[in-house]
This record gives sequence, C-alpha cells and structure tokens, in this order.
Amino acid sequence: MANVGQTEARPARPAADRVVLPRWLRAAGQTHGAVIALLLLVLFNAIFTTNYLAWSTLRVNLDQVATIVIVGIGMTLVIATGGIDLSVGALMAIAGSLAPLIFDSDWGPLDRPWVGIPLAIVLPILLTGFLGLFNGFLVTYFRIQPIIATLVLYLGGRGIAKALSDGILLDFNNPSFEYLGKGRPLGIPVQVILMAILLLIAAWMMRSTVFGRYILATGGNEPAARLAGVPVSRVKLAVYAISGLLAGLAGLIWAARISAADPYRAGEFMELDAIAAAAVGGTALTGGRATIIGTLLGAVIIQQVRFTLISHNVSDGTTRIVIAAAIILAVLIQRQREQ
Amino acid sequence: MTARTASQEPTTSGWQQWAAGLLRQQGALIALIAIFLFGVWRYGENFTSEFNLWTLLRNNTYFGLIALGMTFVIMTGGIDLSVGAVVALTAVAAARLSGEGLWVAVAGAIGLGLGVGLINGALIARFRIQPFIVTLATLLAARGGALNLSNNASVSIDFNSNFKDLWRTNVGEVPLPVVITAFAFLLGSIALNLTRFGRHVLAIGGNEEAARLAGLPIARTLVAVYALSGALAGLSGALLAAQGNTGSPIAGIGWELTAIAAVVVGGTLLTGGRGSVWTTLVGVLLLGLIFNELNFERGKGTFELTQYWEEVIRGAFLLLVVILQSRLTRRATASTT
Repeated sequence: MANVGQTEARPARPAADRVVLPRWLRAAGQTHGAVIALLLLVLFNAIFTTNYLAWSTLRVNLDQVATIVIVGIGMTLVIATGGIDLSVGALMAIAGSLAPLIFDSDWGPLDRPWVGIPLAIVLPILLTGFLGLFNGFLVTYFRIQPIIATLVLYLGGRGIAKALSDGILLDFNNPSFEYLGKGRPLGIPVQVILMAILLLIAAWMMRSTVFGRYILATGGNEPAARLAGVPVSRVKLAVYAISGLLAGLAGLIWAARISAADPYRAGEFMELDAIAAAAVGGTALTGGRATIIGTLLGAVIIQQVRFTLISHNVSDGTTRIVIAAAIILAVLIQRQREQ
Repeated sequence: MTARTASQEPTTSGWQQWAAGLLRQQGALIALIAIFLFGVWRYGENFTSEFNLWTLLRNNTYFGLIALGMTFVIMTGGIDLSVGAVVALTAVAAARLSGEGLWVAVAGAIGLGLGVGLINGALIARFRIQPFIVTLATLLAARGGALNLSNNASVSIDFNSNFKDLWRTNVGEVPLPVVITAFAFLLGSIALNLTRFGRHVLAIGGNEEAARLAGLPIARTLVAVYALSGALAGLSGALLAAQGNTGSPIAGIGWELTAIAAVVVGGTLLTGGRGSVWTTLVGVLLLGLIFNELNFERGKGTFELTQYWEEVIRGAFLLLVVILQSRLTRRATASTT
C-alpha cells in the first residue's frame, strides 16, 4: 500500500519489482553479503580472539560503533539525496572543542552546572547544525558539487577546531558532561541508547513520512522530483543540516568518552567510516536508495574489522591500509549490485 | 560590479560583456598583479627583495607540482583527494632512501607516488568507482603506509648524502626546485595543448559519454592522469623532505585543498572539460602571495594570527573561488544561450 505513494514520488523509476517483495525482505536481500561478512568476522573472533565473547568486549564494540552509526545516519540521508558530506569529521572536532569552552567558562551564569552543561551540549550541536545548513546552502543555492562544498569545512573546519582549542589537546574533568560518553544507565552505555533512539526515528522517517519519500525521490531522479512538486532544495538543506547536527552530537560523545577535546584526532577519517557504513549496508552511492538498518550493519562490520586487526596486534598503519582496501571492496560490490 | 549589471540587463553593451569575460578568464591574473602591487606599496623593499621573492617561489614549488597534477585530474571531471597523504608517504620514503643518494631517493619517491596514482587510476577507470571514494580510501591507505614506513615517527634524512642539494642548489640565480617546477609546468602545457593525450583529457571532461562513443581510450587516459598526479605528488614529497631534512608521516595534511583551490581560481572548471596549466600556476602564486603578505602583516604587528587560522583562510579562499566560479560560469552560459 505504501508503494502507491512511493511510485508517485518517483515517477521515473520502474515500480515493477517494488510491489512484489515486502520492504524488509528486499533490504535483507540487499544486505545478504554484508550479513555473511559479519558472521564470518564474528566466527573468526570467537575462535581466535581471547575474551571475545565477554560482555565487556561487546560493550567496547558498541561504544565504538555508536559514533559511527550516529554520523552514518546523517550520511545515509545525504547520500540518499545524491550528495555527500565530507565535513562530518571536522564538525565533530568543532563540537568537541567548543563544549569545554562553555562548561569550563566562568563567564556569567555559565559556571553553574545546570546552566553550563545543557548549554555545552546544545550550543555545539546547534553550531554544527548551522554549519551543515551552510553546506546545504552551498549545494542548493550556489549549485556547487557536494564534494567541493563540503571539502571547504572538511579542512577549514578542522582549522576552526584547532583555533578554538589553541591547537592543543585540552583535558577536562567534568563528570556531568562525561556522562554523555561514559554513563551506563541499566548497564547500557548512554551513546548506545542515543544511537538506538536515532536509528528508530530515522528508520521510521524513511519508511513512513513524506519527507523520507522526498529524500529518495530527490536522489532517484532530481529533475523528475522537481517536476512532481518535491521541494528539492529544502529537502537537501534539511539533510545536510541533520548531518551536521548528528556529527555535532557524535563529536560531544567522542570528547566525553576520552575526557578531552582533541582537534587533531577527533572524528579523523569519520567521513570515510560513515560513507563506508552506508555503502556496505546497501545504500546506493548514486542516491535514490537508502537503508538505515543497513548502515547500522555496515558500521558494525567496519568496527569488527578494526577490532579484529587491533586485537591481533596489527600496527595502526597496516590497519588503515586494510580498512581502505575493505572500503574499496565494499563499494565495488555495491556498484555491481547497482548494475 | 560590471559583471553584475551585465547579467541583469538583457541588452548588455559590448564592453560590459568584454569586462565580464575578462574577469572570468583573467580574474586570477588581475588579482595576482593587484595583490603584488599592494605588497610593493605596503611592505616596500623587504617585500621586493630578491631573497623574499625567491623564497616565496621556492616554498610554493611543492604546492605547484601537486596543483599541476590536480589540473589534469579535474579537467577529466575527477578529483584526487590522496595527494596530501602521498606527499607524506613519499617524503618518508625519500628520507629513508636519502642515504643512497639524490637520484635514488627522488626516483623512489616519484615511483612510489606513481604506484599510488596507478592504483587510483585503475580503480576509477576499470572498476568505475567514483574518484572521491577511491582517492579518499587511498588517502587513508597512504597515511597508513607512511606510518608503517616511518615507525610512527619523523625520519631524518642522511646528512652525508647529496640529497639535501635538491632543495639548496641554485642554477645561476634560480633555486633548483623552481627550475624543476617551471620545467614541469612547461611539459604539462605542451602535453595539454599539443598532444593527443591533452585533447583526450579535455574531451573526457567535456562529455565522457561522447568521448566513449567517439572511440577515445578513456580508461588509458584516466589511468595516465591519476598516475601523473601521483608521480608529481611523489616529486613534491621529495622536495618537502629535502626542505625540512625529514620525512614526516603527518606532513601534507590539507594540501589537496590548496591544490584544488589553486586549480579552480585559475578558471579550470570543476566539472571538467576546460582548463589551462598556466592559470593553475597563477592560482598557486596567488595563494602563496596572500600568505606571504599575511606574514608581513603579522610582522608589522597588525594582528595576531595563529597558524590554525591559515587552514581556515585556505578553506575560505576555496569557498570564495568556487562561489565566484559558479556565478560567473552560469552567467557565461546564460549569455551564450
């Protein structure tokens, strides 16, 4: 039934195979290879990695994967419209560098924790959301290619983060703020709860809202979507802004987890992780097809590859090379599927 | 302002169109001359001294080389985000090989860069993966390789070898790196304008589908373009190692932005199909001159500018340039139709 509205929003795409299969089954089919890869990784680790099946290992992995997923959700939405957001890592660094400036400030009422802490969470996220909107503005109003438009903040943004923290790693000690990355209500890490909530909202949005269909229509065939009355520019502005907001949240979690603002390493290569998570999960890099649950799966796989390498004492350098190769392989497989 | 009125009124006079065209085609050169004259006026003899001008040129050679490679890549409609990481990788390699002498170290750096470029080109041309994904992944891999090759620390060059001459030798008055870069640009210009390769590059960027139908060797040309970009990044890495006496695995961060900005400010279209090697050189000099004058201004104590703001300024510069290009090209297409 939902397919009727969907075909209307996407006049140029043939709807033949869409009506037959239920959506969840189709998504499962697309992510088949990914599921097998994940099972193999888990199997390998269960046999060869000590303490892999311990509760603490699972928690460490979930901790790590949460930031990739949170950024990956925004990236999936942007990619679904046919764009890309290379600035997410730098936006994470900006948010993480701005927060301690706010809660460590003695200015005005900021030294009171019930004023300083909420502001230290809200303002950085608003700022990165605004910067995301700026990306969207460049893409829509000036019609600059998304790669170039977001490349401006990919590098300039890290400069802003370094300027905010004077180019040094800034340690802080603030248990209330660190709760964002270290808190464990009911034994579950806070960021995992946030990740789960955001996943549910995003998956529901893509499935059941007009906005979700607008996103897919924009990426599927932009001129046709425009003719069909989809507010293409506003949709794009929205997805880049969402990507910025989520990157800001991930940056705060990252900073809270290590109790420091690190403008160099915060969110480094996060854009690659997020793009790879989306691609591995089955989101088409050319736009028009997206799966939020697939992005979760993709992020878990990337994290498992990294965890496997690190727990077997593979050097940082080699880990990067292997991840790069894995990303290329994933995109290659994804490409085959598109053809 | 002239350009603005030219677009708003349908009946534009000849000189207004001429001025808009001049701004579009020679805007970077006009800006370069204007900023140079500003420097002469404000900073006087310190600025125009031979020392400052040669240093300015020499310190921009490594940007010039990667921007030259980027020009060809962008003209095919692609992008190479890996150049900064390749510079770091090859600088480390050159430092490690420096004990074997100048030629071995330089050849090793260029060869390694060429290798990364060939991988980029093969993945883009044969497997048809988007250039930005491929080169973003090789960025990660090259940084990983640089970490492995350097054992996670800066590698000092061998001071007993002649490797350091690469940076310090002068040919007459002219520093050797400047001679090398000028020669590279000359060859690049010949390749673009006088060879079949150059025509293929522009044809692919202009309309890849048409070029394919016309039977042009698309895959081979694309591989060659990315290999060239990698090799030039390798040469750039060797120059950087010779300048700083070290190869650092974290060198070259953000250089791809500088290269892209230099290419675009010269008027090479980011969508491919049009461009020139010489306007890229103007773009490199323009960026170099801006930072040279910012340094003078800092010396005068006008403002405190930490080095971190340099990255922000480079980002803002690229932003300004792409916005201008997007406006001017749309105007140009509007006036021809």
